[in-house]
Amino acid sequence: MTLARRVIACLDVSDGRVVKGTRFRDHQDMGGITELAARYSAEGVDELVFYDITASPQGRRVDLDWIDRVAREIDIPFCVAGGISSVEDARAVLLAGADKVSVNTPATRRPELVGELAREFGTQCVVVGVDSLRDEDGQWRIRQLTGDPDATRALETTTLAWVERVQELGAGEVVLNAMGSDGVRRGYDVEQLRAVRQVCQVPLIASGGAGSAQHFIDVFRDADVDGALAAGVFHSGELAIRDLKERLGEAGIEVRMDDPVPVGGPRTPPTTPPRIPRSSPTAGTPTSMEGTTA
Amino acid sequence: MARSRVALVDSGGTNIASVRYALDRIGADARLTRDPADILAADRVILPGVGAAGAGMRRLREAGLVEVLRAVEQPLLGVCLGMQLLFDRSAEDGGVECLGLVPGEVVPIPGAPGVRVPHMGWNTLTALREDPLTAGLPDGTRAYFVHSYAVPVTPDTVLTTQHSGTWSAVVRRGNRWGAQFHPERSARAGARLLTDFVLEVTP
Repeated sequence: MTLARRVIACLDVSDGRVVKGTRFRDHQDMGGITELAARYSAEGVDELVFYDITASPQGRRVDLDWIDRVAREIDIPFCVAGGISSVEDARAVLLAGADKVSVNTPATRRPELVGELAREFGTQCVVVGVDSLRDEDGQWRIRQLTGDPDATRALETTTLAWVERVQELGAGEVVLNAMGSDGVRRGYDVEQLRAVRQVCQVPLIASGGAGSAQHFIDVFRDADVDGALAAGVFHSGELAIRDLKERLGEAGIEVRMDDPVPVGGPRTPPTTPPRIPRSSPTAGTPTSMEGTTA
Repeated sequence: MARSRVALVDSGGTNIASVRYALDRIGADARLTRDPADILAADRVILPGVGAAGAGMRRLREAGLVEVLRAVEQPLLGVCLGMQLLFDRSAEDGGVECLGLVPGEVVPIPGAPGVRVPHMGWNTLTALREDPLTAGLPDGTRAYFVHSYAVPVTPDTVLTTQHSGTWSAVVRRGNRWGAQFHPERSARAGARLLTDFVLEVTP
């Protein structure tokens, strides 16, 4: 056995709530951030991405309060995307408890940002999100400001050249969002992901198009991606994480299932309430210690 | 049973909040500190850390914690970069002298066809020997790793993982333990390791 392929759920966050809809309009409230994070985590998702969809278009920073609450609540890794355009933005998000930050439009405007983040926090913290669409000449090129359909701009840079560039700058992971397949649930863009895989030596995450377990099987098997991200198909309940993992396992794809039972049975964590002095600037109010997830 | 007091060393890395919340979740009596007296008086000491070895050692030196950590006699657990810093040396950043508490050198994970670096994600653990810290982690348990440098298998290796070679996932030398993966982000397996560090290992 070896490294598992990751199943990643993406939650769009707006004003402290999880929403769905197009990235910029007609948001439908899906629930509280920590509640949904805890639910996905309990269902066995391998990682979560929180996309602050209002931070970037409105030119403001990510709200740190919910990041801190998520960090307290869940015990799997999570990444924060949207609204991070400087080392200081990233530092605040990471100190609040996020494991990784993802940059997209700000990196297209100022590619040096990727290197600055990598030097400051290590490449393992730096994810570059790439929004990509095939043009009429057959080339895939990157887009910026995709959060707002009216503001989205096509750039000259080809997707393959950009993926090579961000790795040289220090990206530790690339999330390739194939805009042509996003939201239509007809499967990931395997052709594009295969091409990107050829030039991507760091972990590559597929995004855009997931509608069924078979789509995940296809993208892992045919595009050799390290992780596959989805939003709508999970939020709607059409595809349960557990069922998906089982299907992947049956298809011979290495995934994380429930841990083997420890010898001597699971240990019961101590139940006495903790006394944690709150001396650090990141400390907040104590929350639900009795609901230990250990 | 008297509860162990855990000193969580404020080493300046960005994963401190996560480790601290993980200790909260298991109900540990943990204190975030860089005060030498606090660290030396605790029953358990945890050294967290992410990022590069050079910056990690520089922060420890600037905080005056290098000699303090060398003087710790109670159980000490280094997490991720914190584990790597326990060793003699790291090849990262052109070569960095580390704490020298566990013999060995940290080396880059070589890239190979189909093997991505950084090693990022949930990988399986395999025991080379028994240890009270890892009693709850049977072979095949998955933990969350994120790193580009790693510790080869040494006589102090307790658990291994595979990624373009076999690497130390947990090490132990005397009262010093290290976990290359992130227990604070490794779901139940991570909580079990932290719980056993707080309750089970004995000086």
